[in-house]
Amino acid sequence: MIAAQLESRLVAQDKSVVAPGQVLAEGMEYLPSQGTYRKNDRIYANQTGLLAIEGKVLKLIPLAGVYLPKRGDVIIGRVIDILMTGWRFSTNSPYSAVLPLKDATFDYIKKGADLTTYFDLDEYVVCKIFQVTSQNLVDVSMKGPGLRKLKGGRVLKVNAAKVPRIIGKRGSMVSMIKQATGCAMIVGQNGLVWLAGEPAQEVLAVNAIRKIEREAHVPGLTERMRVYLEAETGKKIDMSSLEQEDEFHSRDREGGERRDYGERREYRGGGERGGFRSRDDRGGFRGRDREGGERREYRGGGERGGFRSRDDRGGFRGRDRDGGGFSEGGDRPPRRDDDRPREGAPDASTPTTTPPPAPFEHNDDDNGGEESDE
Amino acid sequence: MAYNKRHDNRKPDETRPIIAKAGIIPKADGSGYFKIGNTEAYAAVYGPRELHPRSKQDPKQGLLRCLYNMMPFSGQGNRVRPGPGRRSKEISMVMENALRPVLDLEAYPNAVVDVFVELPQTDAGSRCAAITAAAIALADAGLKMRDMVAAVAVGVVDDAQVVDLDYEEEAWKEGEVADIPVAMVPSTGEITLLQMDGKVEKEQLLAALALARPAIERIAEAQRAAIRQRYEDVMTQVVANGGSKAADEE
Repeated sequence: MIAAQLESRLVAQDKSVVAPGQVLAEGMEYLPSQGTYRKNDRIYANQTGLLAIEGKVLKLIPLAGVYLPKRGDVIIGRVIDILMTGWRFSTNSPYSAVLPLKDATFDYIKKGADLTTYFDLDEYVVCKIFQVTSQNLVDVSMKGPGLRKLKGGRVLKVNAAKVPRIIGKRGSMVSMIKQATGCAMIVGQNGLVWLAGEPAQEVLAVNAIRKIEREAHVPGLTERMRVYLEAETGKKIDMSSLEQEDEFHSRDREGGERRDYGERREYRGGGERGGFRSRDDRGGFRGRDREGGERREYRGGGERGGFRSRDDRGGFRGRDRDGGGFSEGGDRPPRRDDDRPREGAPDASTPTTTPPPAPFEHNDDDNGGEESDE
Repeated sequence: MAYNKRHDNRKPDETRPIIAKAGIIPKADGSGYFKIGNTEAYAAVYGPRELHPRSKQDPKQGLLRCLYNMMPFSGQGNRVRPGPGRRSKEISMVMENALRPVLDLEAYPNAVVDVFVELPQTDAGSRCAAITAAAIALADAGLKMRDMVAAVAVGVVDDAQVVDLDYEEEAWKEGEVADIPVAMVPSTGEITLLQMDGKVEKEQLLAALALARPAIERIAEAQRAAIRQRYEDVMTQVVANGGSKAADEE
């Protein structure tokens, strides 16, 4: 029996919040893209998100969700382990990242050198992801414009899905906050934000970021932020220069100007497969031995010119303006703004991580015969 | 004597009043609340996050780990010893099996999604409320889910097919009772949880299941409304504070 073809029509409104399984459109005219899928005659949401309709293409901008590491992303990481061949960072995601020795610095590192003199436990860095395998093993590099260890200031965690809004189009939102508060600020794609400035200004910047996080899905955000910042600081904001000011955040990342979290550049017709896979995914575990294995050799052939650890962004060498003179804390690593317990090694003297106790291994303590079903 | 009139005057296919909320535990990655009659469940999701111990990691997909717990003062008040017992462990397992089919766990290899559900007050239908609240929490956490999962207990009380049994009906002494918790994926009708406590004829079972689907679709709508409401509340507040709703520079 052939079901009657549905008339093509939109069921959900553009820029509305949608929930999983919600019907977005009927009929065959509309095309599912990121965050949506087609089943028979209808297009459904695959996630909680904000519906964005571009012509006939329906896609979702996620409103929540953990950060999944992606090649090319610039992230803020915290050192959690010192390896024989590099360092391991926590990335505010289920996956840690490894910085191999050869990608740590342009300086020569002697064999047997004390690696903590370069990056020590609990220090924060800005680094760039250059490799993500199919099992989400992540490699990062420190060689590139603006990549460096972070000193002083503070680091806070934001909802990774809101990062594009916090950065703004070509860095305009982050520039606005910097202009208003005079703070140096770096927003990692992984949802960690570093800022440094005078204490009261840092607090204002944090409040501004939290406000953006809360209201990201409500249109008119830029204007509201301008009003808010001008009211809090008593200074007018020069809106005209915002899109040129912040070179670090405004650089186009592989072609996307306003890069929504998780956005794939090509149209992935038919909805989603599982997960964010790097385009270099060859399948299978590469069998890299991180702890004490050989240093990785250049892997020729097919990998788009090997490790592109030196970013050829043209013209932007060395530090960005955020290097500035706000290292009031001197050499100390940034303060953490969340009160969550620190992951990884609780004791800085032991270099290995101790996993927290597994939460579900209770004794099989039967609650007696009292358990009636309810 | 057949159970023709329900003791609280509900229609046979009528559920008790329901309340659904999302985002009520701000520190969790996602959270949900579901109340049906006097049974209420809070669910909190943490994850996807790193899974310890390493030996449990699955390189092909993430692990879903549920923990169901009735608080000591819930139910009839005779639950003295806190902590998971065998019943909790079984319900935790069936919850995982009920929720896993809609999640795309291949997107999170080697990671774990932890779902904790606590019930402060119960009046039958607790595992259904737990699953329903957990689904809200998972969606609130931004996990990839092709649809919600909603659950309700249908059953047969003294030859009458009813939806959403409460404790009195479950404990009905004057006739045979079959309590059948069902969890379904509303868009496809797939059953992801099906259990039974009692005795029932095959035709009665099928009839009871047919009653479940519309109830589950209504509950799923309430779940989705709760998920949207969390963001819509912010929108309303912003507009009320005088912010303009004019389109942004996009």
